This record gives sequence, structure tokens and C-alpha cells, in this order.
Amino acid sequence: MRPANLALAVFACALAAFALTFADAARLRASGAGDVAATAALVERLGLTDLALFTEARYTRHPTQADLHSAFQDHPVALEHFPTGALMPPPAGMLKAYENLDRKTEAPD
Amino acid sequence: MKTWIEKQKHLIDFTLASLSRRKGKNLGLLFIYGLLVFVLASVALYTHALRAEAQKVLAGTPEIVLQRLVAGRHDLIPPGYIEKIGRVRGVQKQEGRLWGYYYDSVVKANYTFMAPRDMQIERGEIVVGPALERSRGLAAGNGISFRSYSGELHTFIVGDVLPQGSELVSADLVLMNEADFRAFFRYPEGHYTDIALAVANPQEIRNVALKLMAALPDSRPILRDEVLRTYASIFDWREGIMLALLAAAILAFGIFAWEKAAGLSAEEKREIGILKAIGWETGDVIKMKFWEGLLISLLAFLLGYVAAWLHVFHANAALFEPVLKGWAVLYPSFRLTPHIDGLQVATLFFFTVFPYTAAVLVPIWRAATTDPDTVMRS
Amino acid sequence: MIELNSIRKAFNQGRHNEYWALSGIDLSIPEKRVTALKGPSGSGKTTLLTILGCLARPTEGRVRLKGEDISGLPERFLTEIRRQTFGFIFQQFNLIRGLSAIENVILPAFPTGRPRRELREKAEALLADVDLGHRREAKVEWLSGGEQQRVAICRALINDPELLIADEPTANLDTKLSQEFLAILEKLAAAGRTIVLTSHDPLVVESDVVDFVVSLRDGRIVDEK
Repeated sequence: MRPANLALAVFACALAAFALTFADAARLRASGAGDVAATAALVERLGLTDLALFTEARYTRHPTQADLHSAFQDHPVALEHFPTGALMPPPAGMLKAYENLDRKTEAPD
Repeated sequence: MKTWIEKQKHLIDFTLASLSRRKGKNLGLLFIYGLLVFVLASVALYTHALRAEAQKVLAGTPEIVLQRLVAGRHDLIPPGYIEKIGRVRGVQKQEGRLWGYYYDSVVKANYTFMAPRDMQIERGEIVVGPALERSRGLAAGNGISFRSYSGELHTFIVGDVLPQGSELVSADLVLMNEADFRAFFRYPEGHYTDIALAVANPQEIRNVALKLMAALPDSRPILRDEVLRTYASIFDWREGIMLALLAAAILAFGIFAWEKAAGLSAEEKREIGILKAIGWETGDVIKMKFWEGLLISLLAFLLGYVAAWLHVFHANAALFEPVLKGWAVLYPSFRLTPHIDGLQVATLFFFTVFPYTAAVLVPIWRAATTDPDTVMRS
Repeated sequence: MIELNSIRKAFNQGRHNEYWALSGIDLSIPEKRVTALKGPSGSGKTTLLTILGCLARPTEGRVRLKGEDISGLPERFLTEIRRQTFGFIFQQFNLIRGLSAIENVILPAFPTGRPRRELREKAEALLADVDLGHRREAKVEWLSGGEQQRVAICRALINDPELLIADEPTANLDTKLSQEFLAILEKLAAAGRTIVLTSHDPLVVESDVVDFVVSLRDGRIVDEK
């Protein structure tokens, strides 16, 4: 096969795949629309204010509702100075050190 | 027109033939280039989708949430407080909300306990979020005990589990009857956590908030706009962190690509001289090189973008998830709905395809304008 | 076919190392004949060849191609004339390494936009003419010197030029290969092409194929026959 035609064919495929991502987006949006609407409805019904992304502390679970003057949150646009904002969970060794303070129960209640 | 196409194809033939002489190097370049586009596009697609999702989902959040502050800290709303608001004009509805946190030491995670007003839940029953269903193995009909902050053990029956599709906002929720909530937390009667206000006219929200602050100096209103803005900036911030982490890699690639594209070897200079001597115009040489730059950079862009698409929306962005979403003990598992920002894609396209093509052309411009008779004289 | 009037060519003009390679050349290249430029190195024969082949412009003087003055034309037009009218065979062959013989042959035709199949057929015919049909897909760096030169000849012919320009064509060849080259030259001349070559190889200059010999020394014509 002529190199230029081969290259153009590869390009046509890549372009088609690129175009397909947009079609795929429309498809995923359509199939996910129900969930999004249901979620939005739940937010409205329960009066929720935040995403349940970080549940480690109250100022991470509800960043928009946190105390105005808690540590590292005293500026209106200061965001996310909390451990959950880090890239990885704390190492296991560090968790152990605080175990006694952890309202530890031996077995699930 | 046909001649023009044929001519461009000839030029592509030639540029491919010369690229294939250093096949390994050029494929390597294509791969790294594509990888870079892949990473950048993944970050852009993911954060944009997350941002857009947050905006959509939280659009129905209360117009104003009113907190009461004591000594600068969030405090309970005392009895009689809500009634005072009734007199502020523009407020359509106000209701006290009851919610709080419960730390579950079994899975080392915080849950959000809530007593919803508009939902009928029997005493002794709870409705749990999908993350609890997973982490504690709960299903409708199961019983679960929580040890309250006062040390007593309370047992609840799971009446229902919230739908998985709404996990992004409901993962850790535990909904219960108001009486149960007050009993569990020993929440004083008549007190509330905060107040949600409905304001009919969106243009009035700010005025209402100002009036509230005047009427209740110890209150702090949180507007819906601020909630939305907070989430927009959280993901902006995460995108920024990711890009900052990538900056070194981008620069390194920039140097590599510049070196590769802009450096013209003696061999290539000689070839350009030959091409000119046998009848190629300066423009033909430049076009040939233009095709080289375009083929590599456009292919890298397309492949990288498509790979990023698959990665983000069909593989849950497995590679960057922790950086872009953060980590959490109870992580909601949710499927992102794609939102493509045309401008963002165009920007990515421009910043990946254009500089490389330009870097290829700049040195050629100089070399291609040399006299053709140099071939004879060397 | 080509007429030169008082051509002078300077290199590094206006600088301390200014050097006049040609100082007053009047020459007429007859059509459908083989003309050889002969002279010691430094006599200006290659420079003269670049002017004849429109690769370079003279500093002074006029070049007429088929009666038309082309010495003042801009580079773009010169390139087109060069492509249509001239075929070049360089001393070092100047083939593009990494490409096959046939790819090298069709290179000068790329800017014309002629269809690839047509070009390949033509190139195959040309290569077959010089007994290289079986080597057409071989990379040029794997070919011997004589084969490389034949590829270069085919490349010069792909655009079907009226005029062939060859710079020291036998400089890198032994006697046997030189004779083979002369045989090809004879064929081309018989086919009615105008040929200009430079050489100081007596084998070429004194052969029957060459119709005219122009001797140069120090940038001037000293003898014509």
C-alpha cells in the first residue's frame, strides 16, 4: 500500500475514533441523565449542600458548611487544607498511633 | 485540485519515507507525545466532568442556608430563632434542618446522620446511603447498632437503601426519624442544626441574605452560588495541582520535542539541497516538513485524546483518581457523565499540535532558502 | 539551445575574499548535441555548469534559454524551468539515502503532482533500460557506485527533460563502468537529448559521443572545437 494512503487511512481511523468520543459522550449523557436528575431531585428533597466525596471530617464532608473560623479555613476562598485533600490516605503506621483516641470498640456493635 | 492532492500525497510519501529511516526514534516520539496528550486530556476531561456534575447535581441545593455562630463557631439554632425570620420579605419557606456526624470506628469513617422533613421514616428505622450498604454489608431489613456519643447502644432496622445512582451526594447518609435523631444525639428539643431558606426570586437572594444578617447579627448565611463556586474551585484547584505535578514532565517533553524537531542534521540539510537542485521549490520543501510536523502532532493528539476518553469514562480514570478526587475511607463509587468543553478540547489541540508543527518549520525555513547550487559545490 | 553572453560570476562579492570564478564567458550550447566542458580543477567549469543548469545566477551577463532571457527571473520560476527542462547527474550522485532506487528516481516529479502509478511505471521503464529493473526496491546505499550512477541518470530523466547536465560523471567510476556510462550517453544522445557535461577524463572528452569540447582555464574559454 502506498505510504500516503496508509497514513491517511490511519488518520481517518483516528479521526473517526475522535468523532466517536463525541457520540459516546451523547450516549453516556443520555443514559446517565436519569441518575443525574434523580440525584438532583434527592438534593432538593433533602436539602443537601455537598458532595459526599470526603467523609473524614466535618469540614471535609461539608466544605461549604464548615465553620467560618476553623483552622486553615479562615479566609472565604481558602480551600482544602485538610488531610483528605492529600493525594493518598495516611500510612497505616500513623493511623495506629491514634487508635486509643479512636472511640475504639473491639467488635461491631 | 486532483493534481494538488496527488502532490500532497507525494510529499507525505516522502516525509513518511524519511521518518521511517529512524523508525524507533520517531515511534518513540509519537508514543511520548501521545502519552503527554493522554495525561493532559485525562485531567481536563475528568475535572471538567466532575465540575459540571457538581454544578448540575447541586443546582437544587437550598438558596440560603443560615447558620448561627457562637464565638465564631457553628452552633445550634435555639427555639424561636426560625420565627424571627418569617418577617423578612422574599423568604418563601424556612425550615430547621437536623443533621450531624457520627464516627463509625468499625470502618473508621464518618457518616452523616440526618432527619429529613419531607420523608416519612418510621421510628427505629433508617435509610442508608449506598456506601454503607457496601462497607457494612447492609440491606433492607437488616439491623444495625450504633453506639451514640453518650455511650448507649441504639439499634435500627434498615428500611431502605438510597439508589446507587445518586451516590455522589448520598454515599454516607443515614436518614432517620426526627425523634430517633434527637434521642440518639441527645439533641435538645426545639433546637436545629441550621435553617434552609427558599427564596423565590434568584435576584433577591443576596438582599435577603443582607437583611438576615441585619436582623440576626449572629447568623451566617451561605448562598447557593457560594456552594457552587466552592465546588468549582475545589476541582480547579485539583486540576491545578495535577498540572503543577505535570509541569516538569511537560517541560522535559518540550525540550525533547524541540531538540528533535528544530535541530536540523547535516544529513537533512544536504537532502534539502538535493531536493532543491532536482526541482523542488522552497515551498515544496516547507510543505513536506509541514506534513511531517502535522502528521506526528495530529496523530499524537488524536490517539492521546481517544485514549484519555476511554481512560476517564470507561475506566473511571484509574490512573489519576486519587489526585483528582482525593481519597476517602468511604469513597462514593459513581459514574461520571461526560461533559465536553469544546473550548477546552480546542485549547488542548492548539497547544499540542501547533507548537510542534511550528518547531519543525522554523529551521526548515532557513535551510530551504539556501541556494540550490551548494549541492554542486560541496 | 542555451546562449551565454559575457557571463561573469563572483563569489563572496564585496568581501575581502572576493573571487571571480568566471570572467567573461560567451558560449552557445547547440541543441541535440553533446557538449563537454573540460579544464583543470578551479577552471570554473562546475560554476559554468550551475549557470547553464539554472542552479545559480550569474553576477553579470545574460543567459538565454531557447531565445528567452532567464537571468533575471526570480527563484520560483527558475525552479520550474529547472524541473521541466533540465535533468541533473551530480558527481556524488546525491541520492537520498534510506529510500529505494525507484523512490529516488521519482523524486523530481513530486512537485508536478503526476499520479504515483504513472511515475512508478515510467521509473520502472527507465531502470529497466539501464539494467537495474531487478534492483529497483533496493535501498540506494546498498547499490554499487555504478548502479548508483545509473539510478541518478534515471532520476535525471523522470521529468523527460530536453537537456541533461552531468558534473564529472566518470570521476568515481573505473574504466569499465566509464565505458558503460558512455554507452548510455550515446543512447541518450541518439534519442535526441541535449547533453552538457564537465570532465577532465580523456576517456570522455575524446570519445566519439562528445560533439563539442569547450576548454576552460581561469574562468575563460581557451579553446572550442
